[in-house]
Amino acid sequence: MVGLRKRKVVNVAALTLSSLAALLGVFWLIFILADVLRHGVAAIHWDLFANDPAPAGITGGGLRNAFVGQLLITLAATVIGVPLGVLGGTFLAEYGRGTRFARAVSVLSDLMIGVPSIVIGAVVYAVLVKPLGHFSGWAGAVALAVIMIPVILRTTENMLALVPWTLREAAFALGAPYYRVIVQVVYRGAATGILTGILLSISRVAGETAPLLFTSFNNNFYSTDMSAPMASLTVSIFQYATGPYEDWHQQAWAASLIISLVILLITVVGRLYIKMRGQK
Amino acid sequence: MRINRGIKDLAFAALTAAGAFSIVVFVVGIVAVLVGNSAEAIRTFGPGFIVSDVWDPAHQKFGAAASLYGSFITATLALLMAVPVSLGIAIFVTEIAPGFLRGPFGSAIELLAAIPSIIYGMWGLFTLAPIMSQIIEPALQQSIGSFPIVGALFSGATRGVDLFTASVILSIMITPFVASIARDAFLLTPPEVKESAYAVGATQWEVVRDVVVPYSKFGVFGGVVIALGRALGETMAVAFVLGNKHWITLSLFEAASTITVTLANEFNEADSDLYLSSLFFLALLLFAFSFLTLAAARLLISRSRQRRGEK
Repeated sequence: MVGLRKRKVVNVAALTLSSLAALLGVFWLIFILADVLRHGVAAIHWDLFANDPAPAGITGGGLRNAFVGQLLITLAATVIGVPLGVLGGTFLAEYGRGTRFARAVSVLSDLMIGVPSIVIGAVVYAVLVKPLGHFSGWAGAVALAVIMIPVILRTTENMLALVPWTLREAAFALGAPYYRVIVQVVYRGAATGILTGILLSISRVAGETAPLLFTSFNNNFYSTDMSAPMASLTVSIFQYATGPYEDWHQQAWAASLIISLVILLITVVGRLYIKMRGQK
Repeated sequence: MRINRGIKDLAFAALTAAGAFSIVVFVVGIVAVLVGNSAEAIRTFGPGFIVSDVWDPAHQKFGAAASLYGSFITATLALLMAVPVSLGIAIFVTEIAPGFLRGPFGSAIELLAAIPSIIYGMWGLFTLAPIMSQIIEPALQQSIGSFPIVGALFSGATRGVDLFTASVILSIMITPFVASIARDAFLLTPPEVKESAYAVGATQWEVVRDVVVPYSKFGVFGGVVIALGRALGETMAVAFVLGNKHWITLSLFEAASTITVTLANEFNEADSDLYLSSLFFLALLLFAFSFLTLAAARLLISRSRQRRGEK
């Protein structure tokens, strides 16, 4: 029975190691979030939202320009990305269902989701920044939209596929054309799911930095002009954190805290909802 | 079933088709733009670009080898650290944890994936790098730094801004991807097969090792490949803690560069067409590589699902 004892020891050891691995994962999560919280809370101050950056080296100043820029760029990306993504997803799940084209687009968008975002930034730079000769908020928005579209498209496709086919048949039986069935019946059935997908895609691009480095770049002044270079929180964090001033580091922590909280909140709500829906 | 197809219906169908077609436009467009913009570098350096480790903007000489090396080393090290931990997490969540802990643990790990990479970078620079340079790296140097050959990996001053710290951060970032794909793959194992193993007296670990893991190996491997793609494409987290030094170094405690770090730091500084074109060439290599790894991963994962379907 020596073999049995050895097997039992190995069993306990392996299971302990697995449990420790799980604890390690949770440890990192708590470590990172607690650290951002600790540094960030101390640095949050009304000036951060109310003031524009002070000249380099002078303390004070805030990130009002970056908050506004981040909102504008993300909003513009949403306005560009959502219609294309939702319509595309509709095609895959409805008109194109089962066709070779729809399957190919599905696979392509899965691959697109994994393309490094910095590559998309470089491409948008080549198309929208270099020919026009200047960075712009629009270029940043387009880069983020290109990242969003495949995500929205795939979730829309999945959510529409969950709507029972009999529901469509019932509407067809009343003599409704397909587009009315989609808009009034199918979309209604999947509305919250699609909205969740949109929210998750926004939370995904809201933390993006790399594609903005070459597109919207940065702007030390308050600007709502989307055709000019525009500040964003993420690029400001990068600049401030790698800069030499302690005051900058503080502001970078505060901005990090806010952006993390917003993204985690959206993600948690979105995932909870999708989980609930999956269980039905 | 008859579908009433009016002109409006056709218009709506065309609109949705256009939305779907935009993905094709993006993919073709990305390839075309990258190839077009790197044409000059491709003409000038040819395939030698990939093996040359010279990166000298002042003399207009560019080669990708140093960046490729950095990307390869950080991604490989990150996988080596992340895969065992991820498998442990997946085993814990699917086999060990009591029911009420599975959900919270799974979600907590997945939240790691939601933290933006700029936060990882900032945390890495201000919190992890000092810990690495003052505690972990000196300890590694003292314990295994004196061994022949292996010791060379841990030589040099411990600054914390180096290949090793970057790999640790990357490994934390990719853990949730491997863990969640491994978990899904593990869950595909039919319970009857597991039960029959228990019935002949296997321990829990033996069931995992001899039944669950072999059963889900394609899926798990697919997850590892996806994580590899992530690690290669990750930019901001690495940009903070890697420095930007174009050379091939044996020591893991040295600053280095990756494709993404080179792009992030130098794109806006490229002052000549050839410089910019070389950067686009780097982006093209990165795109091609991540596209291929993702395609491979998809194939593996779909094969693991098919296996389940066959039974």
